[in-house]
Amino acid sequence: MKAGSFEWHPARSADEAVALLAQYAPQDGRVIAGGQSLVPSMALRLAFPSHLIDINGVDEFAKVRVEGGELVIGACVRHAAFHVTVEPGPLGRLLVQVVHDIAHYPIRQRGTFCGSLANADPASEWCLVAAVLGAKMVARSARGTRVIPAADWFQGIMTTALAEDELLAEVRLPLLPAGTRAGFYEFSRRAGDYALAMALVSWRDDGDAMRDVRIGAGAVEAQPRRIAEAEALLEGHPFTPAAIEAAAAAASAAVDPLEDVHTSAEYRRDLVGTAVRRAFAQAGS
Amino acid sequence: MTQKMAITLDVNGTGHEIRVEPRKTLCDALRADCGLTGTNVGCEHGVCGACTVLMDGVPVRSCLMFAVQAQGKALRTVEGLSTGGKLHALQQAFTDNHALQCGFCTSGFLMLAAGTLEQQPDIDDESLREVLSSNLCRCTGYQNILRAVRQVRDAGKAGAR
Repeated sequence: MKAGSFEWHPARSADEAVALLAQYAPQDGRVIAGGQSLVPSMALRLAFPSHLIDINGVDEFAKVRVEGGELVIGACVRHAAFHVTVEPGPLGRLLVQVVHDIAHYPIRQRGTFCGSLANADPASEWCLVAAVLGAKMVARSARGTRVIPAADWFQGIMTTALAEDELLAEVRLPLLPAGTRAGFYEFSRRAGDYALAMALVSWRDDGDAMRDVRIGAGAVEAQPRRIAEAEALLEGHPFTPAAIEAAAAAASAAVDPLEDVHTSAEYRRDLVGTAVRRAFAQAGS
Repeated sequence: MTQKMAITLDVNGTGHEIRVEPRKTLCDALRADCGLTGTNVGCEHGVCGACTVLMDGVPVRSCLMFAVQAQGKALRTVEGLSTGGKLHALQQAFTDNHALQCGFCTSGFLMLAAGTLEQQPDIDDESLREVLSSNLCRCTGYQNILRAVRQVRDAGKAGAR
């Protein structure tokens, strides 16, 4: 199918983009970056914005940089930027591991990191990364700039704290300290499909004990989240197969899984345990 | 209906001055306005990859972009692969390896493979499988497509035009 009619407004700067958004958001205007979710939604007539504010020409949005212990990812940084390490530490390596599970190669050339966060699909890999690592979302509008922590960002299926006149200008991910181990695993029935479940884990080995343990699940509930019950079983304890098994079981028990025609809640719950176990097995140093 | 916009698309090194509504996808503009019907349109929502073209050297889904967004970009379509009546190495390898039957997906696969080999001439087998999983083929079962692309990679002919 073909998209409905809209007026196209290419922006050349962030200031121009937020000014256009302030003008057109009340008239059903939306921001387009990579468009790899928005354009199919328009083709299927699930979305029919009257105005598109195109930020692909905003150079300042195309940059990824390290600043003050954070990786700062601009609004138009493509998924493909993470095919190589964007920073030399454990975070850069984790992002390389995660990016290969996002859609397909041509989609990754166009789709953006921030677009995934703004779209907030429950099965988004970057949303799980943001939730588990505690990303900060920087929202800009003609009214000013505000920083929204991951804990407040996700508000249900494809719903975020972003106001209609705000655009997600950048996402800030905290760098992982040297020595952090992190792993990711997702399951889907065909390459490139939406995941049925995914898990992201990270921790530091402090002598015999695991520290700063983070365990999160995505594509399972309405939004990705950390699972405190599973983390508590490992924090301060040695890394053993039995401990990992117990944490995987706790994660599985703690989730309230979504159901769809292909996947029952019971199956998805079981997958969470498997995904957590495999994420630990995949963890690099 | 919104006003048509006058734009220029640079396709295979030739400028095409066309007038399109903003809602017209790049693949529809290539076919209907530039007259380049080698690019096929399959699912129109980014799943099948039949419409894959190169934009500034990388493969993209031309159904997931609007034509107005492609101004100032160097586009390449399947029509740009052969030179002087001589098939591109990938086209020849697809023929030699029976990597197509009905041919509907072929232009998309050729552009996906051409862009990938130009970016990563030494791509390993596992990564190549991952890249080629991007597009759908309902005839070949994929093995012959993989074989054809591997053959060109191994011969180091990706840049040969």
